[in-house]
Amino acid sequence: MTRPLPRHEAGPPAEAQPEAQSEAQSEAQSQAQPEPVIRLVSVVKTYGTGEAAVQALRGVSLEVAERDYVAIMGASGSGKSTMMNIIGCLDVPSEGQFLIDGIDTSVLDEQQLATVRNRKLGFVFQAFNLIPRMTALGNVELPLSYAGLRGAERRLRAEAALQLVGLGQRLQAQPQQLSGGQQQRVAVARALVTAPSLILADEPTGNLDTRASADLMNVFDRLNAAGRTIVLITHEADVAAHAKRVIGVQDGHIVADRRVAEPSANPPLLRRAVDGTVRP
Amino acid sequence: MSPGQIFRFALAGLAANKLRSALTTLGILIGVGSVILLVAVGNGSSQSVQNAISSLGASSITVLHTEGSAAGPAAAAPTAAAAGGSTAFAEPQNLTVQDAQALTQASGVSSVSPVVSTSETLSLGGTSDSGVSLTGTYPSYFPAENDTLSKGSYFTSQEVNTARNVVVLGSEAATDLFGTANPVGQSVLVAGIPFTVTGVLATKGSSGLTSADNTAAAPLTTVQDELTGFGSLDDVVVLAKSASQVSAVEGEITSILDLRHHETAADADFDVLSASTLLSTASSTAHTFTVLLGAVAAISLLVGGIGITNIMLVTVTERTREIGIRKAIGATPGVILAQFLTEATLLSMIGGALGVLGGVIGTRFMIVGVKPVIVPFSIPLAFGVSALIGLFFGGFPANRAANMRPADALRYE
Repeated sequence: MTRPLPRHEAGPPAEAQPEAQSEAQSEAQSQAQPEPVIRLVSVVKTYGTGEAAVQALRGVSLEVAERDYVAIMGASGSGKSTMMNIIGCLDVPSEGQFLIDGIDTSVLDEQQLATVRNRKLGFVFQAFNLIPRMTALGNVELPLSYAGLRGAERRLRAEAALQLVGLGQRLQAQPQQLSGGQQQRVAVARALVTAPSLILADEPTGNLDTRASADLMNVFDRLNAAGRTIVLITHEADVAAHAKRVIGVQDGHIVADRRVAEPSANPPLLRRAVDGTVRP
Repeated sequence: MSPGQIFRFALAGLAANKLRSALTTLGILIGVGSVILLVAVGNGSSQSVQNAISSLGASSITVLHTEGSAAGPAAAAPTAAAAGGSTAFAEPQNLTVQDAQALTQASGVSSVSPVVSTSETLSLGGTSDSGVSLTGTYPSYFPAENDTLSKGSYFTSQEVNTARNVVVLGSEAATDLFGTANPVGQSVLVAGIPFTVTGVLATKGSSGLTSADNTAAAPLTTVQDELTGFGSLDDVVVLAKSASQVSAVEGEITSILDLRHHETAADADFDVLSASTLLSTASSTAHTFTVLLGAVAAISLLVGGIGITNIMLVTVTERTREIGIRKAIGATPGVILAQFLTEATLLSMIGGALGVLGGVIGTRFMIVGVKPVIVPFSIPLAFGVSALIGLFFGGFPANRAANMRPADALRYE
């Protein structure tokens, strides 16, 4: 669990500059420009071999800064799920590089990747993906267990995370006793309990009704306003409207990259959400 | 990730499907239980046969006087053997002390005890005990017959040589006459003749219809002098140095006596009997029986183990998505492997523990007429094997779970 992660050192040619200089640069500029949370460099992902080979990603380069709130949009088959798998360290690129917090994932073995997923990433899935027959609290404690935390501290942090998503009263509920919206909020609590560098949500509202969707997006907005970096994968414009930056993916390429608000700003729909004026 | 936490996950995994876990456990339970029980049955039957035979004296050989016994002590002239000069009869001859002495020359013989037997009435004051089987013999008779003392001592060779009136009582005879009092040193009347009690034998229990404890033993010379006269010995008890030498010694006895009595096997006037030949046949049969039963039980344990592999494969497939989730939130392959191995081992060890319990309870009952005797090492062995079965047969499914690719596992429906 505690194997050290190799830091990325060489870097791509364009950024092969002395460490001191980049530090000086980041100090000279605003605090909003440190090392990006994720960086994809010409990532290619090919499934299958020879004649049957399918390229899901055809050279994608992308950087996501800290505190940013990014929506990746695309139709099914566009490669956005593959991107999500690579960003989530669930899969590795065939070519190119993927770095998370400056760590080059291509040199990591399966155990180190598991540690990266545990420390750096929080997942929210379309199908909620809570462990059945395990209480809400148990589910939220799980990543902390894998991180090696002791019982008392684990419980304290899991409770705090559940409070944050408004489920402080349902700690002992089993997943099947919770509504879809509540289950998804447990999943969000589980994603943020380790204080990861990035929360990665794959169609988080796909299985929710409009009201539960709005509640959930409000949770994401507040998390981002509190400083969490979030990447959403979605095909719904309503959901993407919450993000500060919207990226379009098509046929394995990035075809659009629209900046709505700066990473350091509040998410665009946050104020209205607090005012309660968001359309269902 | 602490072992305690992994253990809790494994328990939760088992509790998720209680019926399935219970049935899988049952496979191991039956396997372990039957190993313990069937080996105990085999061992029990082998021990009961061995006990029955060794109470006869495993390495003792009895030379019985056969046709000559018709002549009996009454028909034999008192002068016949008194001076030790063997009178050469053409007809069946007496079994004599000289014959017995000749047998000591055979190699592999530990002791030779000539025996005369008679049935007498013992009395003490107003109490009397009739039908006590009285044996006149040498002190070496007692170890050859597997007799042990509970009080006092045996008579000595010295007392045999001087034909002293001393007697060793069987436990039943002693109780009949003396009750709870200590008979050692007391005087008792044997057919009206006073004898001093030197010892009391330990209880042997009944063998068949007659009690082996309503007995008395006195020096051969005394019994011949006072009661039976100097006719043929009834038998000679020969103790071989070890059970394995019994058959060789039997051959030697036969040839020595044939030579001394000038006869062939066809018209022999004696029989040579040993418990040992019977014992070796019986114990090898019992051993084969035990091995066979153990093998059947081991096969059922193996089948139980395959049941674990089967059910763990089903479990891993069924929980593919859960494995994907666990991996996505940071479970390393090692932790997943440990969780599923622990589940499999728990299944087999719970089954093993219950099997030990069931097996031990089962051995308290008679099974097809055999009182099972637990072979002590069979318990840790069966339990240990069941734990190893969990590790071994759970290893393949657990490894499959640990090496799943998280992206594929999450996509699994």
